[in-house]
Amino acid sequence: MKKKPRKVKHEILYFAWRNWKLRLGLLVVFFFVLLAIVGPYLTPYEPWAYVGPSARPPCKEFWFGTTMFGQDVFTQFVHGLYPVFLVGVLGGGLATVIGTLIGFTAGYRGGWVDEILNTFTNVVLVIPTLALLLILAAYLGVRSFFIQAVFIGCTAWPWTARAVRAQTLSLKAREFVDLAKISGMRPAKIVLTEIAPNMLSYLVMVFILQFGGAILNAATLDFIGLGPTRGISLGLMMQTALLWGALPLGMWWWFVPPGLAIALLVGALYITNVGLDEVFNPKLREM
Amino acid sequence: MTRYFVRKLTIYLLTFFLAVTIDWIIPRFMPGNPIQTMLSRAALRAEAVEVMRGYYLKAFGLDVPIWQQYLNFWKAVFHGDLGVSVYLFPKPVIKVIAEAIPYTLAILVPAIILSWIAGNKFGAFAARRKWLDSTLLPMGYFLTATPYMWLGILLAWGFGVALGWFPIAGGYSFAMTPNLSWKFFLDLLWHWFLPFASLFLVMFGGWAIGMRNMIIYELEADYSQYLESLGAPRRLIRSYAFRNAILPQITGLALQMGTIAAGAVVTETVFSYPGIGSLIVQAIQNQDYFLIQGCFLFIIIGVLLANFIVDIVYLIVDPRTRRGMIGEI
Amino acid sequence: MNILEVRDLRVYYQTIKGEVKALDGATFSVAEGEIMGLAGESGCGKSTLGRSLVLLKPPMKYIEGEVFLEGKPLPIWDREKMNAFRFTKVSLIPQYAMNALNPTKKIKRIFADILASRGLKLRQVLSELSRRFELVELPLEVLKMYPIELSGGMKQRVVMVLSTLLNPSLLIADEVTSALDVSTQKAVAKMLVEFRNQRFVKALIVITHDISLLYQIADTILVMYAGKLAEKGSTEEIISDPKHPYTRLLIFSLPKIGVRYMETKLRGIPGHPPSLLQPPGGCRFRERCPEAFEKCSEEPPFITLDSTGRQVACWRVTGNHG
Repeated sequence: MKKKPRKVKHEILYFAWRNWKLRLGLLVVFFFVLLAIVGPYLTPYEPWAYVGPSARPPCKEFWFGTTMFGQDVFTQFVHGLYPVFLVGVLGGGLATVIGTLIGFTAGYRGGWVDEILNTFTNVVLVIPTLALLLILAAYLGVRSFFIQAVFIGCTAWPWTARAVRAQTLSLKAREFVDLAKISGMRPAKIVLTEIAPNMLSYLVMVFILQFGGAILNAATLDFIGLGPTRGISLGLMMQTALLWGALPLGMWWWFVPPGLAIALLVGALYITNVGLDEVFNPKLREM
Repeated sequence: MTRYFVRKLTIYLLTFFLAVTIDWIIPRFMPGNPIQTMLSRAALRAEAVEVMRGYYLKAFGLDVPIWQQYLNFWKAVFHGDLGVSVYLFPKPVIKVIAEAIPYTLAILVPAIILSWIAGNKFGAFAARRKWLDSTLLPMGYFLTATPYMWLGILLAWGFGVALGWFPIAGGYSFAMTPNLSWKFFLDLLWHWFLPFASLFLVMFGGWAIGMRNMIIYELEADYSQYLESLGAPRRLIRSYAFRNAILPQITGLALQMGTIAAGAVVTETVFSYPGIGSLIVQAIQNQDYFLIQGCFLFIIIGVLLANFIVDIVYLIVDPRTRRGMIGEI
Repeated sequence: MNILEVRDLRVYYQTIKGEVKALDGATFSVAEGEIMGLAGESGCGKSTLGRSLVLLKPPMKYIEGEVFLEGKPLPIWDREKMNAFRFTKVSLIPQYAMNALNPTKKIKRIFADILASRGLKLRQVLSELSRRFELVELPLEVLKMYPIELSGGMKQRVVMVLSTLLNPSLLIADEVTSALDVSTQKAVAKMLVEFRNQRFVKALIVITHDISLLYQIADTILVMYAGKLAEKGSTEEIISDPKHPYTRLLIFSLPKIGVRYMETKLRGIPGHPPSLLQPPGGCRFRERCPEAFEKCSEEPPFITLDSTGRQVACWRVTGNHG
């Protein structure tokens, strides 16, 4: 029986759609984005308002129960999603940009520029991010989520720099770059038209990883008490819960949802990344 | 081989240098008069204030030129003089840290080693069967995406509060005083288990995922195909792949040190476990700047040492580095 | 007795767009002591044929056909059962030979491990191994080195020795000279012939797109086009009197050394091979063939012409009787 070959217009899109990891990951991420946007409208309460009896488990009125102070946990939860995304995107984006610039320059220029940037990258790489963030935040203070994102972006870039540098080196050695150079193209044009498109898929994956990492970093900072003094985020929720004895009192509805959301969100980002890798890298595809 | 070491040591020395410098510089960026701010924030008894002022003056040495202040700081560091803790006045910072370090090492070292071994073995195993891989993959990613503190809280709640099997605070029971007896040792272990397990699980997820990816990559490599063409048994091919996949996992261990340190900090906070992690958090909450500086320095030293050990292990395990053939860092 | 007999072998590639009919019905044999060249352009199916005889794994898919090695059936569709034949009876020098050695193991270790999987110890074969190394001009010290310490050519020769160490009846050499410079090509070609002369292997299939190489070492040449066999015959006959239009274009497009042309352009063969996803019916060379006629819309069978064993698949040659 002869099977009719399927018409495939864009191989990439076809694989992207077929890949269950990509679908699942993106689905979860979009769900949370939706929740962050729509959530605040679903609840009649304000995050900080004392709206009910304290320490009440989930019920019809309060879907996620109430905090020690009688605040609605669900309201806090949906309001706390937005800063998570904000810091994740900004911090992750900044780290990606810095890492890409440094890594690319090091790889493309080579020579002593490479040596210096490399040493710099390695030093920042070895310093444990949290320790550095702790010192910075303790002394200079984090006033807003924006500052937090900047802090994170400035400390999380080294592995990206390394990875981008390696990628640049391997692309540089490919023939089409030599071809462009021989044909007399200016370096900037070479970068833009020959090298950049090949790196794009890689950079997308790098950004997703940085996005996830920034979320975790931010949650950790908030949890320790180095987050912004105002506002609410999932990490801050967990900190407050712990500080006010939710643990020995077994108020699971207060500390389980925030952490679960982070785990699911970051996990979904990682899985999306794996899916993307399979889409862009034909060797990994399962038939 | 010497080039390998020289390169690594240079980085570590530079980092240490940078860390001490950061430690010294940052307080100077604080707005206002640092000494006054610190003194006013710390609730001290009268006599204590004078001692502290004297110390701060010396430490910051504002009457002395900047470069000399810097050198004084270095001198103090090498003498092990990291100042006196405000929070735990009048204990010297170095003593406070020395008491906390064993707890951190107790949960970190076994967690790192065991999770690395178990994670790698498990990841390699999962890569064998398609169905196993498809089910375990999302779980692995979920585990590694789990924030350390949340897992800690879950374990504390589940096994500590709900089931009541383990304590959820402290390094040992409040009622006991440290002594060299079996009872005390068991008590220590009892308090040790949950924080250890919490760290172990998150790291385990990460290694398993990493290994699974590396093994698949190695199994697709040309040398694996060639072995198959020669009719080599699957066992041999897998063992070659595993051996090659381990190498990036070792470098990965070095790269993860920073994240692992962060994990230790939050885990200790959740369990009020008296290690250096919860120490630095308490120091921050109490604005004990000498303690903060001291902890920071020690965490950095710990991470650098760990990196160095991993570098040595890599040297032993990858025969090519010994012959000076690898340009990879 | 023929070392290899292949009857109507079909092996396709499974892709998302469907099945690529890479090898669509191959019937031929290789006699004892014969070095058969397998020639054709990229994508004609020669590599598929070579690889399917040793390691048939996804995305390759066995469709039908029989293979006999020294009279006994060779179960190429069964990956497990084939292990008994691999390395001992049929062996491969792969296209990627330069990357075929595990970078973190010493050469000695690689040899020892593979031999151990067959129940042999390295020292049992050490004397024979030394002889082979000498033959391919490799110093014995190579055993103590890591692959990264060897040049590309040296690695390839190590693979050549390893693949033939247990004297397989059939050796398949897949594009072994493609990545080498001309003088090394000559050396490697001579080594392959020596393998046959010294009876390390009983028969050889040399897969290449380089006909000039086959002219040097092959006894017979099998030309493939678009997944089908086009022509087979002794090397002299194929070179001096090619019958299939494709073979003729191939041979005549080769520049001849020593002959000076005043004003002739190098002629390639215009056009390109058909897609093997949905190959055209009839003769697959029809579109590019300068001698195609109506009968060509029917697929020409691969027929033996005469007692010399010459086989061609072309209506022009075999006439209207098939």
